[in-house]
Amino acid sequence: MTLRPSAPTQHAITVLGHDRPGIIAETTERLADLGLNLEDSTMTLLRGHFAMMLVCSGEAPSAAIEAALAPLADDGALTVTVRSVAPDDPDPVRGAPHVLTVHGGDRPGIVSSVAAEVARVGGNITDLTTRLAGDLYLLVAELDLPAGVDATALGAEIDRVATDLGVGATLRPVETDEL
Amino acid sequence: MSDDRVHAWSEDELGVTGEVRDVVRAPAAVLSTAAAEVDPTAPDVVRLAADLVATMRVSPGCVGLAAPQVGVGSRVFCVDVSGHPRTRTGHGTFVLCNAEVVEATRREKAREGCMSVPDLTGDVRRAARLTVRGRLPGTGEEVTVVTDAFEARALQHEIDHCAGLLFLDRVADARAVHPRRTYL
Repeated sequence: MTLRPSAPTQHAITVLGHDRPGIIAETTERLADLGLNLEDSTMTLLRGHFAMMLVCSGEAPSAAIEAALAPLADDGALTVTVRSVAPDDPDPVRGAPHVLTVHGGDRPGIVSSVAAEVARVGGNITDLTTRLAGDLYLLVAELDLPAGVDATALGAEIDRVATDLGVGATLRPVETDEL
Repeated sequence: MSDDRVHAWSEDELGVTGEVRDVVRAPAAVLSTAAAEVDPTAPDVVRLAADLVATMRVSPGCVGLAAPQVGVGSRVFCVDVSGHPRTRTGHGTFVLCNAEVVEATRREKAREGCMSVPDLTGDVRRAARLTVRGRLPGTGEEVTVVTDAFEARALQHEIDHCAGLLFLDRVADARAVHPRRTYL
């Protein structure tokens, strides 16, 4: 009997909590020590809170990754989660990319109302940023619209929903420079 | 010819002393509402033009100001990109009424801010070669401005204001909005 090398698995890792210098350095060093490869990552500060999500691949099991990252959470200021995820689809079906801006006075329900309109036509939000700056609430989303969706009609419908909420919306195709 | 006319124009032609007005900030409704066409010879429009220039002058780093930004839903704005490091062609200080884009080519992305959105900046793709047609306040002459680079960007930003659009409505993607860290 021979042992076949195990296929690399992907893990999704989140690190959330109180910001301080060195979180990324410590996290990635521990992952590198396990031979894990960072495939995709994003990090930002949300109202000053550190928020990082990453997907890494390698042969280390979840338990080993959790054990390696556990010291990060020792002082209670950070929360770390690790879970294995199915490999990404190498050939995903992408729709027509669009950018949506919504801005206006802050009030509950803006994101859910707008996102519901996108979901209603099968649109997929692929990136989302919202910001609150003083009284101004801003949402900028990238979305893929399936073939056959009338973007102009969707934009009008989103604008109608937005107007009901006292905010404005603009939907436009992504412009890509082919160089 | 009209390019030279715009270059030669100054607010002294308006014959009134502009007063500094308060600049409104988003989410003020006037900033998201398409402004109305004006009679460029009307006295209130001439005064508005003078006020816009006066307000721009006292606002550090301000290279343009549109009427909706002082709470007036009129298609009037002023621009002055003189001395800005990204300016190539420049026409000094001028005010346009009922301006519209005639031709826009060579889109380039750059970061913009706005006095009406003081806490954010955004990466916006705009034409770097631009032809704009509008009317001068006071005489009502129709002029055509052919410009590029930073002045082209400023003109498109102000024309957008007159259409009820902020730079936020033009940002390139979900990661293209940034907190403003420095105030000019």
